[in-house]
Amino acid sequence: MPVFEPVSFTLSQGELLLVTGANGSGKTTLIRILAGVLQPSQGEIRRSAGLSGQVHSVYVGHQLAVKDDLSVLENIRFMQAFLGAGDLATEDIALQLGLHHVRQQAARTLSAGQRKRCALARLHTSGRPLWLLDEPYSNLDHEGMTMLNGLLRRHLDSGGVCVMTTHGSLRPDGFAFREYQLHSGNPRA
Amino acid sequence: MSGTKASGALTALLKRDLLLAYRRRSEMAQPLIFLLVVVSLFPLGVGPSPQLLSLIAPGVIWIAALLATVLSLDSLFRSDFEDGSLEQFLLSGQPLAVIVIAKTAAHWLTAGLPLVLLSPLLAVWMNLPAEGARVLVFTLAIGTPVLSLIGAIGGALTVSLKRGGQLLSLLVFPLYVPLLIIATNAVSAAVAGLPYTGQLGLMLAGLVAALTLAPFAASAALKLSLE
Repeated sequence: MPVFEPVSFTLSQGELLLVTGANGSGKTTLIRILAGVLQPSQGEIRRSAGLSGQVHSVYVGHQLAVKDDLSVLENIRFMQAFLGAGDLATEDIALQLGLHHVRQQAARTLSAGQRKRCALARLHTSGRPLWLLDEPYSNLDHEGMTMLNGLLRRHLDSGGVCVMTTHGSLRPDGFAFREYQLHSGNPRA
Repeated sequence: MSGTKASGALTALLKRDLLLAYRRRSEMAQPLIFLLVVVSLFPLGVGPSPQLLSLIAPGVIWIAALLATVLSLDSLFRSDFEDGSLEQFLLSGQPLAVIVIAKTAAHWLTAGLPLVLLSPLLAVWMNLPAEGARVLVFTLAIGTPVLSLIGAIGGALTVSLKRGGQLLSLLVFPLYVPLLIIATNAVSAAVAGLPYTGQLGLMLAGLVAALTLAPFAASAALKLSLE
């Protein structure tokens, strides 16, 4: 059973693609295929020469990969060491994410929104060109959404690419984007 | 741009896992306490005869070590699988074998090494003669990394199953059998005053084989589990 109907799109530098669709329409599946976690049963992804899906993309999904027993700073420091440090120091990333006041606390004590912000530290660390964000606005408050929009604007202005899914009214704001409506491949859905 | 070198990722992950183990040290201590309890039950169960105890000591200590290792194996990849870290590792572009080596090394340092350090005490409890105790420590020092490495394959295969722990023990125990036979034979030989270097050599060969092959087998298994 196909998850979604045939899709086709091209992304170039500085572009943001917003993938929308109902629950179960395959948004997460599409993002995971782009990230290289899943293999498409049909079709192909073509990348510019020198780019590979895994080395050049950052993925922030529903599973945040934030360690409960580590503090915010320790979590960010690990991401920096593992994915490659960006141009910001660990403390500065925490400051940018609005987590400076809780930086020494174990991640288990954070709220859902704060945990999401901590996972978004990945966007600061790696300097990778393709951002794959699965429902990045969920759990974020207004200030958090503004912060993410600022990050996105800077990324796109510097020639980065982003594919983002959303199911609801939470949308990027303040810059141009393309929208792609995904339809379920299951006719009964 | 393309991220850190594999060696940088390896040390970062090793450090993180050791820190996590330290934060959950009561959880880490459980397999060791289990080991102590199992071994100390034997004198109560089979009788405190010193001759009998020293005869069964190598087998008892080694079997208890296998059980304690399997207890801690289920958590090797599970928490990283459940919170999405494993997926991030896959996407980082680092070879999965590097991830497996880092995690297995952390597992051995927190589960295997304490077991090796405890073994002289266990040898005294079981009335194992000094020469046997020395060789027991050798066999455990060579053998516990093999237990962690083979266990990593089982852990990677069962990580996506909800209750993979029981299946994991069914998968890895048969693979532990040769090691158990050779190790206990070496200790018994040492107690009897016979040469035991041949057995230790075989175990070292097993360690080299596990070190070179298990990371690749485990990373293939992880890739399957993540799909």
